[in-house]
Amino acid sequence: MAAGPYVDPRPPAFMVDRIRERFPDGVLEAATFRGELTVVVPKESVAAIALFLRDDPESAFGMLTDLTGVHFLERDYDFEVVYHLYSLEKNHRLRLKVRLREKETVPSVTAVWPGANWQEREAFDLVGIRFAGHPDLRRIIMPEDYAQHPLRKDFDVEGGPTELDAPGDPASPGFRDMERI
Amino acid sequence: MDPVLERVIVEAAVKIALVFFVVLTTVAYMTWVERRVSAWIQDRRGPNRVGPFGLLQPLADGIKFLFKEEITPPHVYRPVYLLAPILILVPALLTISVVPFGPALRLFGRDVPLRVADVDNGVLIILAFASMGVYGIALAGWSSNNKYSLMGGLRSSAQLISYELAMGLAIVGILMSAGSLRLSDVVARQAEHGWNVLWQLPGFVVFLTAAFAETNRLPFDLPEAETELVAGYHTEYSGMRFSMFYMAEYANMVTASCLAATLYLGGYHVPGLQRLGLPQNAAAIVQLLAFGIKVAFFLFVYVWVRWTIPRFRYDQLMNLGWKVLLPVALVHIVWVAFIVLMGWA
Amino acid sequence: MDSASAPPPPMPSEVPRGEDALHGERMVINMGPSHPSTHGVLRLVLTLDGEVVKAVQPHVGYLHRGMEKIAENMTYHQFIPYTDRLDYLAPLSNNVAYVLAVEKLMGITVPPRAQVIRVICCEIARISAHLLWLGTGALDLGAATVFFHTFRERETLYNIIESLTGTRLTTTYTRVGGLMNDLPAGWTGQVRSFVEAFPKALDELDALLTGNRIWMKRTQGIGRIGAAQAIGLGLTGPNLRGCGVAYDVRKTEPYSGYEAYEFEVPIGSEGDAYDRYLVRLAEMRQSSRILDQALRMLPEGPINIDDPKVILPKKDRVLTKMEELIEQFMIVTEGFKPPAGEIYHAIEAPKGELGFYLRSEGGKSPYRLKIRSPSFISLQAIETMAVGGLLSDLIAVVASLDPVMGEVDR
Repeated sequence: MAAGPYVDPRPPAFMVDRIRERFPDGVLEAATFRGELTVVVPKESVAAIALFLRDDPESAFGMLTDLTGVHFLERDYDFEVVYHLYSLEKNHRLRLKVRLREKETVPSVTAVWPGANWQEREAFDLVGIRFAGHPDLRRIIMPEDYAQHPLRKDFDVEGGPTELDAPGDPASPGFRDMERI
Repeated sequence: MDPVLERVIVEAAVKIALVFFVVLTTVAYMTWVERRVSAWIQDRRGPNRVGPFGLLQPLADGIKFLFKEEITPPHVYRPVYLLAPILILVPALLTISVVPFGPALRLFGRDVPLRVADVDNGVLIILAFASMGVYGIALAGWSSNNKYSLMGGLRSSAQLISYELAMGLAIVGILMSAGSLRLSDVVARQAEHGWNVLWQLPGFVVFLTAAFAETNRLPFDLPEAETELVAGYHTEYSGMRFSMFYMAEYANMVTASCLAATLYLGGYHVPGLQRLGLPQNAAAIVQLLAFGIKVAFFLFVYVWVRWTIPRFRYDQLMNLGWKVLLPVALVHIVWVAFIVLMGWA
Repeated sequence: MDSASAPPPPMPSEVPRGEDALHGERMVINMGPSHPSTHGVLRLVLTLDGEVVKAVQPHVGYLHRGMEKIAENMTYHQFIPYTDRLDYLAPLSNNVAYVLAVEKLMGITVPPRAQVIRVICCEIARISAHLLWLGTGALDLGAATVFFHTFRERETLYNIIESLTGTRLTTTYTRVGGLMNDLPAGWTGQVRSFVEAFPKALDELDALLTGNRIWMKRTQGIGRIGAAQAIGLGLTGPNLRGCGVAYDVRKTEPYSGYEAYEFEVPIGSEGDAYDRYLVRLAEMRQSSRILDQALRMLPEGPINIDDPKVILPKKDRVLTKMEELIEQFMIVTEGFKPPAGEIYHAIEAPKGELGFYLRSEGGKSPYRLKIRSPSFISLQAIETMAVGGLLSDLIAVVASLDPVMGEVDR
């Protein structure tokens, strides 16, 4: 209750060794920030590592809390797929990360956690990450005929020309039209 | 024209007009009662702005409905779509014609019985008209050309068929004891031997349950189950036609309440009234009022139940109709037959 | 009459058209996005065989406002009002969830008084959200009266919220490093009288439904899901606890000092709609218990941390002192800059685990903000729960899952 300094929770640091034991090349990078362990794994083996983490009694990550994608500009990878895992038995969390380039795909983890279905669809829809082996990779939030991925960093937040804006007189003049006038 | 015939026609016309007026007013005020009672049950105030206690609310509603634009969607099958509300409302109002409201009044030197028609197959007429109503619902659902409406219509057909059987069988018990299909005979018999509800309780319960289902009231309001089928068979209706569905629902409630009162609560019979030795007209008016109170009681039960319990599921409703009410009604018939045979009643 | 435990006989998977009059045609029906019982703008495309649901395809996104994108272009503080619009039935709880995530990123702990007030806010939000769920859930199954009775209680709560935050819905009450303002005079008295009156009102609602035969028939065995399946789908909150899994972030990873409160985590056993109903009902009682304890232990003291880089200075000082004027200007225009890094922080919102994944590159706005909304995840379970049941069961399933489209679509 006391308002002491911020205390970090203890991360399951042993997980890094555990993954290394099973997958010798399985850990590309591991970092701890604010008591949260982040492990970057190669994208080819993410599904296998996920399965291992789920079934291994020491980790027992039965729940995929969250899955999301992050887009980057000017790095040697374009996307990060971020998996937040949680273990109900052990009460610990782990963040898995996968890095990939624009045209690459990442194996789907829907077979490991069925709940990944919609989350992967969302990551595909909003960020544009392609998941190989996903049963139904369609857009989920945006309209199905939408052309862009709005959570990308190069997305034009001011609208920009899209198919939705037919050229010609708009129904009501917006601020961009005011500029033109 | 023969003056006697002329008098009979005039008398009938006046009575029809009066009954029509009374029923329609009751229907209109039932909406007010429904809203006030539901408000009371739900800890609200209900309509209280139009007139004292909101008593003019039905009038305001009526005016609103009359002036509302009627939207006929382009995808409906027009002839049937326009006909359906009428097909629902008319049988609902016709049924009331055979219900005896009271004994005869002495007016202008002759006895005027307080009913529109005293036909000798009154119960059959009621059952016949009650099943007519389903045509309107099914046709409204079908002609709307809307999937939700269609499902409402289908549900309604299935529901009415299932519950009509139970209702008819429950009434058979009454007929056996009264030995007549004429409703005034049923009342007379109860005046002599005690109200039917006292010894035909299972039949009464079956009848009442079936009456709820026949009028599509909660917990049996599946044909229009708002949260499932949007508004069921009347989804595509608006304006006055929409209100006709509601009028039919309330008219059906009034009819069913009149029937329940007549068949089971002794109709207009008031125990011990003869001993007071009132003049004929005064006694008739007291009995008329007694009938009104009995009907009002049932109407209140209708409203009360609607705002108290949740809705059945479709298959549960069917199960209740076929697997519970029907066997109960059958056993009930045997029981009544036995009693009548032994001459105990 | 237990029709859910005995599902209808299996239909032949392929029936040639026109050959079998009974099973030949299936009806595809579009439920929503505008439908009385889809709780907002959820759209379900149903394939029906008569009344039996053969397939459900949920479509979401009708309420998408691009909140995660919006967050990338504003300061951390500016995003707080957007969190009101997530689960709009429990805005206070969302506010707390978001600022806790930002505070974790910054490494801030707020003073004890602020923590207790945040707990009170969360529990008020929980009760009010569960009350609305109870009312609409009962309304969906035809019990309209329960709805109005819950709204009577909710009215009290909204008045309490209004006198605390100035608004009823869009509260925006929390701040990074503290709260918008301290409790107004007499406010604890209002909460206290609610806490005293509420259990009785809840008993009334309980009596209306829990033992009601129709209610039991409509919910028992409906929308059943096993614990393993629920965990695999990522269900949290009452939906998961209804299956008998006692997962509650308030217990497993306490935040805002939840470890100091005594309360139980109610769980169900069957994982059906009835159990989820019972769990939520019991949770309201526990919340009221927590409120009672929080009111007792509410300490005196500051409500904000003492950091001029995060907390706005007092207005009278801004108008008279140069220093504070600059601080105010900097916070309002530039915001604050948390260190580069990424965190995930979750709280137990009324609907389940509400988490924020925040990634900072050291700038004034989040590089990426992901909202882990419990409703989005739990909506996936509709297919498991509703297929094979009747149309009416689907309504019960949607009601018992308690999705809020504001947080599904974000």
